[in-house]
Amino acid sequence: MKETVKVTINDKEVEVPREYTILNAAVEAGIKIPTLCHLDLHDLKMVNRTASCRVCMVEVEQRPNLAPACATPVNDGMVIRTDSLRAIRARRMAVELLLSNHPTDCLICQRNLRCELQALAKELNVREIKYTGKRNKYHLDTSSQAVIKNQDKCILCRRCETACNEIQTCGILSALNRGFDTIVGPAFNLPMAETSCTYCGQCVAVCPTAALTEVFHTHKVWEELHKPDKYVVVQVAPAIRVALGELFGMEPGTIVTGKLAAALRRMGFDQVYDTEFGADVTIMEEAKELIHRLENGGRLPMLTSCCPAWVSFIEHQFPDMVDVPSTCKSPHIMFGTIAKTYLAEKMGIDPKKMVVVSVMPCVTKKAEAARTELSIDDNDNVDIVITTRELGDMLKEAGIDFDKLPDEDFDHPLGESTGAATIFGTTGGVIEAAMRTAYEWITGETLEKVDFKQLRGMKGIREATVDLKGQEIKIGIAHGLGNARQMLEDIRNGKSEFHAIEIMACPGGCIGGGGQPYHYGNDEIVKKRQEAIYKEDERKSIRKSHENPEVIKLYEEYLGEPYYGERAHNLLHTKFEAKERI
Amino acid sequence: MKRYRSHILVCGGTACESQESREMIGKFEDELKKTGYSEEVQVVKTGCFGFCEKGPIVKIHPDHVFYVEVKPEDIEEIVKEHIIKGRIVQRLLYEEPTLEKKIEEQEKISFYHKQLRIALRNCGFINPENIEEYIAENGYLALGKVLTEMTPEEVIQTVKDSGLRGRGGGGFPTGYKWELTYRNKNDVKFIICNADEGDPGAFMDRSILEGDPHSVLEAMAIAGYAIGAEKGYIYIRAEYPLAIQRLNIAIEQAREYGFLGEKIFNSDFNFDIELKYGAGAFVCGEETALINSVEGGRGEPNAKPPFPAESGLWDKPTSVNNVETFANIPQIILKGPAWFSRVGTEGSKGTKVFALAGKVNNVGLVEVPMGITLREIIYDIGGGIRDNKKFKAVQTGGPSGGCIPEEYLDTHIDYETLKEIGSMMGSGGMIVMDEDNCMVNISKFYLEFTEDESCGKCTPCRIGNKRLHEILTRITNGRGTEEDLENLKSLGEMVKESSLCGLGQSSPNPVLSTMKYFAEEYHEHVVNKKCPAGVCSMGKKKATTIPKK
Repeated sequence: MKETVKVTINDKEVEVPREYTILNAAVEAGIKIPTLCHLDLHDLKMVNRTASCRVCMVEVEQRPNLAPACATPVNDGMVIRTDSLRAIRARRMAVELLLSNHPTDCLICQRNLRCELQALAKELNVREIKYTGKRNKYHLDTSSQAVIKNQDKCILCRRCETACNEIQTCGILSALNRGFDTIVGPAFNLPMAETSCTYCGQCVAVCPTAALTEVFHTHKVWEELHKPDKYVVVQVAPAIRVALGELFGMEPGTIVTGKLAAALRRMGFDQVYDTEFGADVTIMEEAKELIHRLENGGRLPMLTSCCPAWVSFIEHQFPDMVDVPSTCKSPHIMFGTIAKTYLAEKMGIDPKKMVVVSVMPCVTKKAEAARTELSIDDNDNVDIVITTRELGDMLKEAGIDFDKLPDEDFDHPLGESTGAATIFGTTGGVIEAAMRTAYEWITGETLEKVDFKQLRGMKGIREATVDLKGQEIKIGIAHGLGNARQMLEDIRNGKSEFHAIEIMACPGGCIGGGGQPYHYGNDEIVKKRQEAIYKEDERKSIRKSHENPEVIKLYEEYLGEPYYGERAHNLLHTKFEAKERI
Repeated sequence: MKRYRSHILVCGGTACESQESREMIGKFEDELKKTGYSEEVQVVKTGCFGFCEKGPIVKIHPDHVFYVEVKPEDIEEIVKEHIIKGRIVQRLLYEEPTLEKKIEEQEKISFYHKQLRIALRNCGFINPENIEEYIAENGYLALGKVLTEMTPEEVIQTVKDSGLRGRGGGGFPTGYKWELTYRNKNDVKFIICNADEGDPGAFMDRSILEGDPHSVLEAMAIAGYAIGAEKGYIYIRAEYPLAIQRLNIAIEQAREYGFLGEKIFNSDFNFDIELKYGAGAFVCGEETALINSVEGGRGEPNAKPPFPAESGLWDKPTSVNNVETFANIPQIILKGPAWFSRVGTEGSKGTKVFALAGKVNNVGLVEVPMGITLREIIYDIGGGIRDNKKFKAVQTGGPSGGCIPEEYLDTHIDYETLKEIGSMMGSGGMIVMDEDNCMVNISKFYLEFTEDESCGKCTPCRIGNKRLHEILTRITNGRGTEEDLENLKSLGEMVKESSLCGLGQSSPNPVLSTMKYFAEEYHEHVVNKKCPAGVCSMGKKKATTIPKK
């Protein structure tokens, strides 16, 4: 049994585990202590314990000063007061001080009604800012294609730093300058675009204010939708359908695939498609590439390349290893390529007049879509990328009553997908999908049980062996770039025995992406999205990518043999480049 | 070893060196050679004597004659008169301002008379660049004793019994800190010497490192043995080049003599020391910020717990102790804890070095027993207020100490009493103010410093200190309101109670203490728009910071 201690909070005695903080104990006692910088994403392994905002100050008997509840461990017999005038006043003053150096443009702020500072000001009943004075003003950093840094709105909770340095080990963001002039940014306050930032967006996902946001593209989408000569097609990533509902008051984990298709159609898209089609194509290519490498003594392990943040990470951090990932383009880029070639041809549309919009749970896909090597004849495969949050904003803007929409289907031919494609949205999903196909292709037998449960879960690094009738395939899975780094170092040091490794940059995979609805520090939300992903997979009638009839038709009519076919190879594969590390 | 009948001790501290004391050593040697006395009389470059205001200092040993403000052109006369003829050069003696009398011997000078030198015992006496001089003063004997006769537990108990508390500001019991670090089992532990002396005007740590570096090295090795560490770091400001140079010489010599390195005194104990340079951030004196800086990270504090004793440098158990604290250790080991704890008050044992400055006649470094009164330091040692002005306040503990008015001059000072009257021991800064000082302006001055030196991590210190400074600027510009006074107090208290580390927890001390003891002066500024001391411009010049309304 765990060792416990007794503490008294506001005259209420509770018995709690010894390793608890005052904040944990207060939760147990049913007492709310406001927090701001604190963040604990339990199973996703991210903890921000900077204790820097001083919003959770409480009184502890025998202690001359106040104690931060988030960072003060309990001890036996501790007597705590959260409700004394002294504590309440100090907490409110901390928020007042933050507000005294914060813009008050809440009404037109991206985070209006979604801002943790704003919510706190309301919760603590802040009615005036007594201590006015100098307010810092900095330039917006709009240098990158994916992330906007608005230093004026930063409250120095340092969550982004923890995400960037401890979880993702990218080391891009850290505190600069001292005192009142302290800001968070890259070394020498370089513009984001000049750093080796992967734009994974985890900093955005944990930012409590609008100091870090995605680059907004909603207006561009509206503009394209209303140009009469443009043919606008939209695709949505797997992780969107299990998260978008949260923005409309639905329970986390609600599956809204049908309403999503209906909503996009109401917005005016000419064709409403599914990135899952692209995911099925990806599996055709990737599984074949893996078999090719296995049979021809190619570079092993082969790493998945669906996640552009991860690809960018290896280019910058492990430039000597850019031949390790699969050369496959990511699913939405494959989709865009197919739309502007096969689909355009089939429908008789000038690819230059076709606009492909991707709705992604991701921030870095915005930067990926702008990679010049991915465009064909100066025509980008994907023209605009918006996040789940942006889509939610647009639907509200358009007055679409999401909740009341009927379930509709995606358009065809690029709207058909399998369960294998759905699970691309979670950590472990891409490799499971690949195994479902590789199994049948290698063994020539039908895979009866498609669930590879040994590949699932939330553990940061997972290992499993898949038995392909005598041939054992060793699989590694990592999510979060810190875990990816560990995997890569093992490969570099010759310690890795894997044949194939799946890597996703965001903790949890795309369901925990930087463009998803804010989780406000609740990792349960991400876990519920994961459950929903697997539920959606089970609901599908076809669960192996190579059995998708429209994919089969695409290869027959257009691409030729997966991986080896000339068109398949030219259109669906890319190359990675060693890049500088800054 | 060669024996000399007499030694000419020339101060080689930073202040005296900046006034040509280095050249004077050469001149003394030339003069002795010229007159044929170089075999009989030795010139020694020592560490700081503490009486920096009267430097350069030259002391003739064993006569104890103490010459002040010596210039290169005086050398010939000192040699010819004092060394050769045995006649004291009267004009170079110190003149006691209160007595208008020349004093010959160091001990009889009022500046030294009430001092008790334990930490500074060798400063101004031995040549810090010669390990043999340190050994001659029982140097490394304590380390030998510890390694051959004592268990780590006994060492810790001795330090605990002595009652020694951290001299860097916190006043945490040193033996207890060692015990906590000792108890955390780990194969790797560290000792860190905090030599990031950041208080403006304080230079006791620099003086010790310049004047007696081996005492710190020896104490670090003792501490390493006590807690189970084989590696020590000295985190020293890069702005202390002379201290760094002497430390490097001392470490080299200690290694050569086997006091650092492997199997020290033929025991199984290995210990070595490395220097790490600080870039001058005030907050790096805070132990967790210091550790972050040693690790190569940003110099900013972490929330405690975990304390360094549990998880410090590279997450290993670490004991961080200040230079002056270490300088006491060898003496405690050699003379016993009872000898040390005889000096001082109930809760604060031993001595404390203060950097006495401001409007007193004798400015310098003084080591006094705990429990001495402020009056004794200011009037007896410091020789009273300059130009017969009236005493107004004394600020102790560095830029975030409080200002103490005349009514508390007879307080017997120690860690607790200073806290009770709204100030602190801090690292030992002591600045005396007279009737010409405006207390509102003084607190603005200190807040400007702490606002600048805030690392920016926690809200109260980052924004709160800025706002406090802005309010004080308004008041000293004649634009303050009574509401400003209320806000100043409530915000000052909040910053003190809510900040993450010692910097923010003490930065409002100057403003809170002056508001308490000199309320009338604030009132005059705000209500009558007058600065009684005539220091503040009160709106005659344009205000630099006018907050938008």
